[in-house]
Amino acid sequence: MALMNLITAINHTLDLAMAQDESVVVFGEDVGLEGGVFRATVGLQEKYGQQRCFDTPLAESAIVGSAIGMAVNGLRPVAEIQFSGFVYPAFNQIISHVARMRNRTRGQRTLPLVIRMPHGGGIRALEHHSESLDTFFGHIPGLKVVVPSTPYDAKGLLLAAIRDDDPVMFLEPSKIYRAFRQEVPEEDYTIPIGKAKVLKPGTDLTVVSWGAYIHEVLKAEQILQEEGIDLEIIDLRTISPIDRDTIIESVQKTGRFVVVHEAARSFGPGAELITLVNEGAFLHLEAPPTRLAGFDITIPLPRGEHHYFLDAQRIANGIRQVAHF
Amino acid sequence: MLIQEYGPLKGQMLQIMDENGVIQKPHLVPELSDQEWLELYKAMLLTRSADNKALQLQRQGRMLTYAPNTGQEAAQVGPAAAMGKQDWLVPAFRELGAWLHRGVDLKTVYLYWYGNEYGSHFAEGVKVLPIAVPIGTQVHHAVGIAMASSIKGEDDVTVTYIGDGGTSTGDFSEALNFAGVFNAPVVFIVQNNQYAISVSRQKQTKAETLVQKAVAAGIPGILVDGNDLFAMYAAAKDAIDRARLGGGPTLIEAYTYRLGAHTTSDDPTKYREDSEVAEWQPKDPLLRMKAYLINKGVWSEEQDAALSDEYGEYALAVFREVEEEGDPQLEDLFKYNFREMPAHLREQYEQYVQYLEGKVK
Repeated sequence: MALMNLITAINHTLDLAMAQDESVVVFGEDVGLEGGVFRATVGLQEKYGQQRCFDTPLAESAIVGSAIGMAVNGLRPVAEIQFSGFVYPAFNQIISHVARMRNRTRGQRTLPLVIRMPHGGGIRALEHHSESLDTFFGHIPGLKVVVPSTPYDAKGLLLAAIRDDDPVMFLEPSKIYRAFRQEVPEEDYTIPIGKAKVLKPGTDLTVVSWGAYIHEVLKAEQILQEEGIDLEIIDLRTISPIDRDTIIESVQKTGRFVVVHEAARSFGPGAELITLVNEGAFLHLEAPPTRLAGFDITIPLPRGEHHYFLDAQRIANGIRQVAHF
Repeated sequence: MLIQEYGPLKGQMLQIMDENGVIQKPHLVPELSDQEWLELYKAMLLTRSADNKALQLQRQGRMLTYAPNTGQEAAQVGPAAAMGKQDWLVPAFRELGAWLHRGVDLKTVYLYWYGNEYGSHFAEGVKVLPIAVPIGTQVHHAVGIAMASSIKGEDDVTVTYIGDGGTSTGDFSEALNFAGVFNAPVVFIVQNNQYAISVSRQKQTKAETLVQKAVAAGIPGILVDGNDLFAMYAAAKDAIDRARLGGGPTLIEAYTYRLGAHTTSDDPTKYREDSEVAEWQPKDPLLRMKAYLINKGVWSEEQDAALSDEYGEYALAVFREVEEEGDPQLEDLFKYNFREMPAHLREQYEQYVQYLEGKVK
């Protein structure tokens, strides 16, 4: 066991994956020599050489597009997109090819690749550095979408993603890259993609969240516990495919549901989650399923971003209303 | 080396056989026997016959939208023939001659245009990627395949195609740049057929040639008469051999002409003059090669007409097989999105099956 934060856990996991499987290659902007702007790939080029960990020219479409070719030709590429707001030029490749190759070829050509990128905001970053793209990627058939919330989960989910024969969008909450450390086993383990985790069992209300917001939800839980509201908290972990059973089972028990996410409210992941709660637990509901999400506004620059991002108080406030409905 | 003589800024176009089928540069003719050239001619003729049949079937309402290749067969068969057995082909969508020559069977091609995903599922060992409909996107895949070959220490070369319109995309510039930076063993072939649907080559870029775009990426390039099978074979062979030996990427501009429509959905008389088409008719790559072979005494008009008929009948028989195959299996629509069908897809599929079986009230 070693104490790791989210970013060192990712670095350790990439190292492990590259040591185990020489078809794993890691690349992106500033990924090689510099070790990534967040230091996710530090030391890997030195250890595995420029053939397996390298810098690319500044072109996101080419980063993802060439990853497709590498995956076709027997490698397991792990491509880094430097900031979530820079991925848009690669959307054509992601939507038109990454997500479709298996279906297009009726299973003949598969793309075992991972696209890693920072996710979400709240770190006083520049414009275009705080996007939550789970909504977009979750909507595309053929993509798996994963968001870890702890160093331990990051390792297990990233190893699972690298070994998955389907393409995985691996969204890393940058707010908690260095927020806290946790014991992470040195040995190999995976966490299954497509499975949510009940972080805390409870009886009064089900809260589903993921990524950095999980930690605000846990703080809100402390506030509400003192008021006698007993939350069941689920870390979704995988946005797509969604673990419906865990959520529906929980809501059938608690009768109340709140989803908390960073992405803008309208057409966001919350809409999907509430729909599946309605479909699967309608007769158990004692209050309207509710979403606590970003305003439908452009994410503000750092001086105003605290209005956009939810903290424990606002989350507790929203949950309280559903609990007392 | 061809590249040194015909670099992008030399203002020259490589032509070995002239428009009358007469060899003008005997020292540049690749070392193939007359019999081998005849086989490549036959590959072009098969392409033409399959194309004509598809167009005919489309007019009968039996084939869906189809993108014809007429006039561009040499730019497709020449490079495909110059490739090694282990090499990869990454097509755009108008490379019928190259697909067939690289082992994609005609039935698969027709299945694609007939609207069936199995048209992108090739026989085992065929190293060809499916058609890429979003213009320009495929060149990145070619670069990635080539980078992987380098990383794995293998000497496969990847040949990829793009059209004149595709050279205006950001992906094209990015891919040339990536290929250069990583010294990827990839050969880019631009089929400059002078039109991107209705937009002429002159409206696509102010650059005098498309091949000069290689200069900015720091990679070699060559402008080739795309209707000259000898020149296309020679230029591609030169580029492929160099890539295999670690010499990196090359851009080839195949200067050709689309004698037909962009697809069966447009009418070229709306955007170009008949006189222009008439000027290009005699430059048809098949006419030139046929003249050469007849002159050599290895082919005749009679043999040509007979083989053309035979190929036409073959194409029709293949298409009938495609028609008989019917629509895809319903489950196939669901089961290839992921390696294993996730629960929500399984449920959507099963509910729909129940509806179809009349089990839903």
